[in-house]
Order: sequence, then structure tokens, then C-alpha cells
Amino acid sequence: MAYRTYLMVCAGTGCVANQSMKIKDKLESEIRKRGLQDEVSVVTTGCNGFCAVGPLMVVQPDGIFYQLLKETDIPFLVEEHFVKGRLVKELLYTPPREKAPIPKMSDIPFFADQTLIVLRNRGLINPENIDEYIARGGYQALAKVLTLMTPDQVIQEIKASGLRGRGGGGFPTGIKWETCKNVPSDTHYVICNADEGDPGAFMDRSTIESDPHAVIEGMLIGAYAIGSREGYVYIRNEYPIALERLQVAIKQAREYGLLGQKIFNKDFDFEIRIVRGAGAFVCGESTALMASIEGRPGEPRAKYVHTVERGLWDKPTCLNNVETWANVPQIIEKGAGWFSSIGTGDVTSDAWGGSKGTKVFSLAGKVNNTGLIEVPMGITLRKIIFDIGGGIKDGKKFKAVQTGGPSGGFIPESLLDLPVDYEELTKVGSMMGSGGMVVADENNCMVDMAKYFLAFTQAESCGKCVPCREGTKRMLDILEKITVGKGTEEDLVLLEELSNMVVESSLCALGGSAPNPVLTTLKYFREEYEAHVKDKHCPGHSCRELIQYIIDPELCLGKGHGCHVCAKNCPDGAIVGETKQVHTIDVMKCGKCGICYDVCKFDAIHIE
Amino acid sequence: MGKIAIEDLAKIQEAARYKIALRQGAGRVRINVHMGTCGIAAGARGILTAVMKEIEARNLHDVIITNSGCAGLCSQEPMMTIEVLGEPAPVKYVLLTPEKITKIIDMHVLKGQVVKECALALGSERTR
Repeated sequence: MAYRTYLMVCAGTGCVANQSMKIKDKLESEIRKRGLQDEVSVVTTGCNGFCAVGPLMVVQPDGIFYQLLKETDIPFLVEEHFVKGRLVKELLYTPPREKAPIPKMSDIPFFADQTLIVLRNRGLINPENIDEYIARGGYQALAKVLTLMTPDQVIQEIKASGLRGRGGGGFPTGIKWETCKNVPSDTHYVICNADEGDPGAFMDRSTIESDPHAVIEGMLIGAYAIGSREGYVYIRNEYPIALERLQVAIKQAREYGLLGQKIFNKDFDFEIRIVRGAGAFVCGESTALMASIEGRPGEPRAKYVHTVERGLWDKPTCLNNVETWANVPQIIEKGAGWFSSIGTGDVTSDAWGGSKGTKVFSLAGKVNNTGLIEVPMGITLRKIIFDIGGGIKDGKKFKAVQTGGPSGGFIPESLLDLPVDYEELTKVGSMMGSGGMVVADENNCMVDMAKYFLAFTQAESCGKCVPCREGTKRMLDILEKITVGKGTEEDLVLLEELSNMVVESSLCALGGSAPNPVLTTLKYFREEYEAHVKDKHCPGHSCRELIQYIIDPELCLGKGHGCHVCAKNCPDGAIVGETKQVHTIDVMKCGKCGICYDVCKFDAIHIE
Repeated sequence: MGKIAIEDLAKIQEAARYKIALRQGAGRVRINVHMGTCGIAAGARGILTAVMKEIEARNLHDVIITNSGCAGLCSQEPMMTIEVLGEPAPVKYVLLTPEKITKIIDMHVLKGQVVKECALALGSERTR
């Protein structure tokens, strides 16, 4: 008998880390205990996106969204919802600043404001079951190109759609395919770049985890258009779940004859191999990635000759990002016109004239609803952060948002109504990048944030070219100097000069974009740099060397009655005072760890 | 299953249609069996199973089966509410038996005719 209810349990990396597999086991055992095993089925899905409230599950067909689940909640939940038909209110989602829970997933603003193309199957199918992908229309696009379209027609369709590279560059995909195809060679390669290295970014991981066959089908269509018989997926070794699901998917596709020889009995062969990256950030750069596949050190080369002409093993190679490939089957199925109706600008005469379709972003930092979102191009940053993201955590004030990963720029509040598209983001000094989005609040020091991200790119610089290797190191030294209060005004001039030099003269995009956080913070938050340099003051109260913790005597005694909790918790023994007396901090001993600030229940400790 | 042909895609899709429709929450008809303590004591579980069997036997792909709590009219249990897309109001059926289920599904779900002798009233209590 068919099941009447499906419990779609999220098994993305975030939820699995929070024990969603144990919750799944518990659900199954409770369902058996109540004799419902023939009515209710538990399905594990890929990442659902709303990582902030995981582990989570959706009850279908009713679309009821349960969140922050614990193993101990399950017996009660099964009894109430599936035996007695009552919702468990405590496990439903309640938006920040509101009281009434929202039972239905489709009514929750986080989901309601999204447009799903790449992630259309997330939470709906079991990614380890090819039949479920096919049930949602999967591999129909492949069938369509093999029976009804010539390779050139496929390329024209992709060109007309306005699809551009989702890995960050924004290069028009159709033009890339066409150029690659037109290079005469006995072998052409296609590569899927799944070496997602940006801190706080997990778009590609989640796409593979929730719908691996979409990526495979996209690569198949690309290979047919370009005339390739061999493809590679270069994936980070740090993504064990994504890797496993991809391996399962490739195996199932092979069994169905969707990979291999004579696919659908047509004159088209294609095979995909997986190569695991060893963790170098620079290997996300196309030439470094190809060097790594060949077994050479992962270092980029100058691109006088593009990889579409001479790439992997000097053969014409078409490399696209996971998200780009995953868009392809939908464009073929629904048409270029449908795809280009979403987004900004006009791509009919100029391929760079607009940003079409959707973009997946991973929303992280000081925002309430952290997670993975897919939104139409042209949506404003404000809508992403305040509607979908649910605003800033703990009711604090928004300060800046960084888009595009560690080498993206910071965008201030005055530009929040900026539409998200490739050109607009570049204009203000940031970039689309692969889609990381990190939100900073009033307590973040922008100098410190710039230093943090530069420290990342500096450490990941491969060292091949001087500007990136030495330039970023010197920039980091200067930032370090500023955050400890030893910076001078000349340092700011030098920092800016160095930044521009690194951007202009680096070999690859790593160096070419690494100074973005510094340049944009210098542009939009110059007063913070000046406060550090001139007044030796950190406006975000975050640079340790420039702050002091002080106890307000009136609040300490008046409200807290000298409770002594701070003194008990101070690891440095820096707090002087007896119970029922005013406490003070000995600045010479204070290590500025902030524990006293966190433990004081009476807000008596201030940062200056 | 070995190598598949293009025609097989449609077959796989057809076989999973009901499953996928349910997961998308799409349905023309919604059958809600009331399963408060009173309903369960009066045999609502058997009613639910009967509904599922009848839907299965008729190979219906657009019927959502769900359960809710007590409707407040415990003397009339087991009860269920049927909502059909486009009909003005849900219909509540009372004092159900598996035989009545067969008839209700044939008449109401398939032909859109309310089975008056089993129906209590139009309208539904709020389930959430």
C-alpha cells in the first residue's frame, strides 16, 4: 500500500552534525512501535537550507515544518501528530520578535521568498535514489538534447538563456562552451569545479548533497554540446557526505546506462571521474585545479592561452562550477526564454548585459536565519538580509555585508537597496563570487574583519607570484599594526597603495581579489581606521589592545548587590572586591577575555 | 534494473507520481480522518486503513490522506472530513464503517456527489 505521509528529514551536513540520523532512527522505531510503518515513511533528503533551526523535518503532504528537534522529542511528536493528529506547537518555527508559530513551511518567510531552480529538488527527493530524481523530471533534458537538438542548438539555447558562471567570474556559459567546442582537438574535457573553499560558503556542497544527478545531467548536456567524452568532478575531500552522494549517483547513473557508452542508444559516450582535492584554496582556480588533476602542484598559470583552448593535459577544457552545471537541465527543459525572464538586464545583444536566473547564497554571520537560500538575480540585499534572513541577531544594528567569499568586499547600510547582480556588486567594490554572504553587526570591527579575511587569503596564497605572496603579507602586517594601536596615518596610504598593486599585478584571481575586503572597508568605513590610528580607539569594541573593561559601580552595587560572579569567573584574577561591595577590574592583570562581560547579569560591565 | 531507454523515464515517473505529489503537498482531494481518543476508540484507525486501501485500489494520485484531533462530536465518531478543490465547503461524514468508505470514495471523491445519508453537515472545524 502507498504511504499516506512522508517525513522528510534533512540529512545535509549541518543537520547530520546535529544528530539528524539519530532522529531518523528514532522516528522509524517510534513509528513501528505504533504500527504506522505501512502508512508513514521516513525519507532522508539533502540540505533544506534553513540550517539555523536544524535538525529539521517536513511532514508531507501537509507541509508542516518541525525544527530544532531532539531525539527525546520524537516519542511525543509521533504520538501527538501521527496518532492523534495534533501539531506539536513547541517544535514549530516562530519567527524572531513574534509569538505565534508558523506551522506550514510555505508560509515561513525564509522559504516563501525564495525561487528554486538549482535547489528545486531539495527536501523533496532522496538524493541517493535516481528514480526519485527521474520522478521529478530528471534526465528528460538529456533525452531532449540527444533526440531533438544538435550540439550547436544546445549552445545557442544556453547562450540565449543568459546563464553566467556561478563560481564567481560570471563568464557567459554559452560563449565558453562554444569557444571550447570550436577548438579542433581529438579530445575535449569538461570539468565540474566542486572545490568550494570560501569560509562560510556551502552552496556547492548543499547542491551536491541534495541533488547530485542535476549536476551529472548538466555535465552530460555540456559534454554533448562540446563534443567531450570525458569529465571530471574536482571535489573537496572535506565534504564526505557530498562526495559519497556523488559516488552513489554516478554508480546509479552508470547502471541505468546514463553514463558510459551509447547513452540512450545514441552515438554519445560520456564518463565522469571524481578527483578529490587536498584542501588548498587556490585549487578552486581553474588552472591550479587542472594542474592538481594532472598530479602537479596546485599553482595557477598566466592565462595568455585560455583553458578552453589548452586546459587539462593541454586539451581544450570547459570548466564550470557545480551551480552552473545544475542550472543547465532546467534551461533545456523549460527553455532559454523562461530562464532569461528571471533576473536583471538584457542579454539578447550583449552576453554581459544582465544577470539571469537565480543565485544560491549561503547566509552566515550575525543574521537570524543562517542557511542556504536561492533567490532571483536582482533581489535587493535588504530583502535577503531582513526578510529572508530575518534581520540581525539579538536586535542589534546592521553594519555591513560581505558578498563573494573571503575576497569579496564589504557593503555598507547605505547600499542595502542594491540589486544583487554581477555588475552592480562589482561597481561597489565587491563581487558575486561563489555566493558567500557574511553579515556584520554594530559590534564587528571592520578593520578586524578585513584582517580576518586577508589572513585567510594570505595563508592560502600559493606563493608563485610576488605581488600576492609578499604584498598580502605586508598588508596583513599593516592591519595587525593598526588593530594593536600602533598604526599611523601613513600606514593607511601605504595600505591602499599596496592593495591596488596586488589587485593589478597578481597572476590569478586569488591575489586579484584578496585586497577587496581592505579596499572596501577603507572606502566605506574609513572613520573606523582613523579611530584606530588617531584616537587608538576601536569603535566596534572588538580589538583587544584598544579596549578596556570597566565596572559601573552604581549598577554593580545598586542592581547586582556586588554579586561577585565576575570575580569568580575571571581567569586572570583581575577583579577585586568582596561580595556585597563594589568590584573593580585591575587593568594591569586583565587579559580582556570578556568572560566577566558575558557572565554579568546586571549589565554592569562596560567596554570602552 | 539495467540500462534504461528514453521511454523508461516516463514509466519511472508514472510509478512515483503519487509519492512525489504527496511530497509536494499537491492534491485535489483532502480526506481528514478525525483521530482523537474518542475517534480511535470508535474505530478510526480501521477507517483510516480502509481509506488508504480504497485510494490504492483505485490508483488515485491526487488524494491527500491526513488525520486530525477530535472534532468535538464524540457521539458521531468515527468521523472524517472531505475537502475537494473547487467545492464550496468541506463535508463531514459521521458514524463511518468500511462499507460506507467505499461508497463515499466512489460517489464523492470520484463523481463529486455528496453521500447525503452519511453526511452530517457542510463546513469544518479549524484544525490549526
